[in-house]
Amino acid sequence: MSKPMTRHADAQTISVSFTLNGRLQEIEVEPNELLLDVVRDRLGLTGAKRSCDVQVCGACTLLVDGRPVSACTTLAFEVRGRSVMTIEGLADDGKLHPLQEAFIEHGGFQCGFCTPGMLLASKALLDENPNPSEAELKHFMHGNLCRCTGYKKIIESIMAAAKKMRAR
Amino acid sequence: MLKRFRLEEPESAAEVSELLGRFGDSAKIYAGGTELLLAMKEGLVHYERLINVKKLKGLSEIAGENGTIKIGALCTHHQLETSPVLQQTLPSLVKLEQNVANVRVRQAGSIGGNLCFAEPHADPGTLLMALGATMVAEKSSGPREIAAADFFVDAYETSLKADELLTAIRVPAPGANSRSAYLKFGYLERPSVGVAMALTLDGPVVNEVKIAVGCAGPAPRRVAEAEALLNAKSKDEAVRLLPQAGAIAGRASEAISDLHGAQDYKEHIVGVLLKRAFNSIVS
Repeated sequence: MSKPMTRHADAQTISVSFTLNGRLQEIEVEPNELLLDVVRDRLGLTGAKRSCDVQVCGACTLLVDGRPVSACTTLAFEVRGRSVMTIEGLADDGKLHPLQEAFIEHGGFQCGFCTPGMLLASKALLDENPNPSEAELKHFMHGNLCRCTGYKKIIESIMAAAKKMRAR
Repeated sequence: MLKRFRLEEPESAAEVSELLGRFGDSAKIYAGGTELLLAMKEGLVHYERLINVKKLKGLSEIAGENGTIKIGALCTHHQLETSPVLQQTLPSLVKLEQNVANVRVRQAGSIGGNLCFAEPHADPGTLLMALGATMVAEKSSGPREIAAADFFVDAYETSLKADELLTAIRVPAPGANSRSAYLKFGYLERPSVGVAMALTLDGPVVNEVKIAVGCAGPAPRRVAEAEALLNAKSKDEAVRLLPQAGAIAGRASEAISDLHGAQDYKEHIVGVLLKRAFNSIVS
């Protein structure tokens, strides 16, 4: 979809050292490089999707220091010194996160395009509020869009995961 | 894909002002980027330089001081919606901030950027106007204060000088009998209409009525004529005058017909929201 960056000798570069899914990552970026392009095209983590490209849909959601951001509209240099989680980092050493298990168990997705964003956004929610009401869940998640289906199964999945995580 | 630009990272307001003076229209202040980067990605604007102001110290705090609540321009919407100081003093602003766009925009976007970009469908300016806020603008020669009512000039246009940086918003701390509300209506994330109201309840009488309307037209507007109509009236009398005040506010909104609604529709909604705002704070 996006072409690889062509580099010029006069380009300004910024050294960016950050934590990516728990591992130290050091790269050089140009100021205009977007986090989504760096993660997808340069680092090969294609779980985050480019969809609306205007911060409305949530398909490119990544967690920066635990909080959801739109990688499509975040300049890559902004993650200097920060901790970034992509969907590839959600499972712990091959063991699925309770949210991932719940999405499978409750049929929380169809085509799966929105799912990485749904999972990361709902992780951020449950990390700050382990026992959300359905209204709080809907308010937090209303910026993550699914075009396959209704949101019923997604909401059920997140509520089920929340319950499971509280029980642990 | 964004076109190439250079990044400047100054550490003081004076440096920012100097860079703005030196590079003029080819440079732009960048904070959260939630609106600027969208316009740049669309190719609507291009700047040779972005001036990242997030290294400036002291612009990310919210504090009450001497009867004023000072909000640093770099505070994100998320900071505002979770601020204990604001929850205690300006609950209407907290509620507004909880409903700005979505969780990701609130995480990255700053209140200062929101105000300076002056996107017509933004919420905060309208309420800040009704709350009697002032904007603190700085440049090399020092700071000045601009009343919110004088800040918004037109769509995407403020009264900031080319070499000025917005550093803070100052809101007078509301008294014990003060009430305020902001209500909006729209489809998806960009409101068609926003209405703010603030007043003081003195027994059965409403005083210091302030009304502002936004989103319907090019920029938020104070509606002095509607304020004067309701001011110093009993609650019951004010209720009777609300339709008239709503019609005045509708016209003052400078509503335009666009994808967010027709002019007469938006004017009507202004009246509806004004009535609801009044009823929600005067019970």
